[in-house]
Amino acid sequence: MLNDILTVMRKELQELLAAHTSSKLGSVRVLIWIAVFGVLLPLQSGIEMISSPIQILMWCWFPLFIVSSVVTAAFASEREQHTLETLLASRLSDRAILFGKVMAVVVYGWGLTLLIIFASLVTFNIAFGNGQWFMYPALILWSGLLLSLLSALLASGIGILVSLRAPTARQAQQSVSLGIMLLFFILVFGVQALPVELQAHIYTVLAAGFNFGMLFAIGSVLVLLSAILLGLSLLRFQRHKLILD
Amino acid sequence: MHDIAIRTENLTRDFASVCAVNNITLEIPRGTIFGFLGPNGAGKTTTIRLLLGLLLPTSGSAQVLGYDTGTQADHIREQTGALLEHHGLYEQLSAYNNLDFYARIWHLSKSDREARIRELLIHLELWDRRKERIGIWSKGMKQKLAVARALLHRPSLVFLDEPTSGLDPVAAATLRDDIAALAAQEGGTVFLTTHNLSEAEKLCAQVGVIRDGRLLAVDSPARLRTTTGRPQVTVYGRGFTATVLEQLRVQEQIASVTLQNEHLVIDLRAPIDNAPLIRMLVNAGVDVEEVRKSQSSLEEVFLTLMEETNA
Repeated sequence: MLNDILTVMRKELQELLAAHTSSKLGSVRVLIWIAVFGVLLPLQSGIEMISSPIQILMWCWFPLFIVSSVVTAAFASEREQHTLETLLASRLSDRAILFGKVMAVVVYGWGLTLLIIFASLVTFNIAFGNGQWFMYPALILWSGLLLSLLSALLASGIGILVSLRAPTARQAQQSVSLGIMLLFFILVFGVQALPVELQAHIYTVLAAGFNFGMLFAIGSVLVLLSAILLGLSLLRFQRHKLILD
Repeated sequence: MHDIAIRTENLTRDFASVCAVNNITLEIPRGTIFGFLGPNGAGKTTTIRLLLGLLLPTSGSAQVLGYDTGTQADHIREQTGALLEHHGLYEQLSAYNNLDFYARIWHLSKSDREARIRELLIHLELWDRRKERIGIWSKGMKQKLAVARALLHRPSLVFLDEPTSGLDPVAAATLRDDIAALAAQEGGTVFLTTHNLSEAEKLCAQVGVIRDGRLLAVDSPARLRTTTGRPQVTVYGRGFTATVLEQLRVQEQIASVTLQNEHLVIDLRAPIDNAPLIRMLVNAGVDVEEVRKSQSSLEEVFLTLMEETNA
């Protein structure tokens, strides 16, 4: 089973890589992400970049954004390109196909996030280190690593479920992007709509009160949500239904 | 080890008001190339999907390699290879990576994988282009690669759904030769759907004719021609006037008479002695140059079966 999951994951990653290298736009897009989030933003944020827990929010949003841009291809594209039926006619189990696809987008989204976290650190140290090497505080580092992984998993759960139901990859992509954008705007504009004093208070509480207990609680909620979404995807994944879709 | 590769009993599949596969009962022995003939929409693809356990039957049952398609489909898919309606190849990946992916799915070891991919690609004359993205390939090349993928793990049964459809005549003939050569080399059973009758005649030991989901006939092409087709006499010569044709048409043993270019094709109801027929033609003023006896082609058999269903 694990072998089969890795086989599917390997193929998915090969396809993602091929999509990047086959067009200039694909490679440029990744470079732009790294330039904006790994270089420009740390230069603007200064010390906040490595010391503020608010930074974790960006590390959680980033995999959501990346994963949502690729996960919809998982089933909708396979259906559109007529590769799904051949895959379903192979010896692979339903779980191997589903989890292989989930793992591929998680590895891709989380991998790019790690690259950006690392690029941010390097940029900060070059710009503000004054010869010293600064590191993220342990809580922020572990939170960033864990929560970005879990948000990638959550995005993949949402994307896979949508991809299984959507008739075309474009429609799946639009649905997921719309959902993620809505979530983003509600958070950003919701916070901005609050009185300035309240915003400052929330920020202080978050900055001061964020600890491993809170990390564990947030992590557990994300794991639970992802498990529910993947469970629903597994229920939806029935060969005789997928063939007729 | 079962001697029967595929056995179906009253296999039926409905889609809303349409009966795509209607009460099909069939037995295909191991080691044969079986041709499933029928026009577009006859139910060929649905039958393959049912046999692979990708669709559940509305009623009836099917066993493939001894496994029930409803409850043991995983075992069936483990031991079969398939080229379905579409080639199902990943256009972004290279030819080698496409085959490598499926070789890994079938758990071929690294050395087996490399050797087998090399063997198939060399045989199909695609080895030199193995690193190219197949998105830029012609349809014929993709079909060849898809056939290689279906045979990669040396399955004991291969389903090929219209493998030469959409190919130009030369590419189709080449692919047909490749399938025949590979099938002979690998052994095993091939279930081939096609609406190309000459293809079935060249490749298949046994054929089944399907229309509107119903199986109209199953036999070897030769026996189908004998049992369903009509004996024919073709007469080459000059002087085939309208009066001559009319004289022939009224004969009881003659089913139809057609004048094609310079020759006359006479469909007989049953085999007859040609001598009186030729004497009659000569007496009517025809200059007979050559007379040939023949059987209906599979195409004519097919058309006869289609006409019978229409009637």
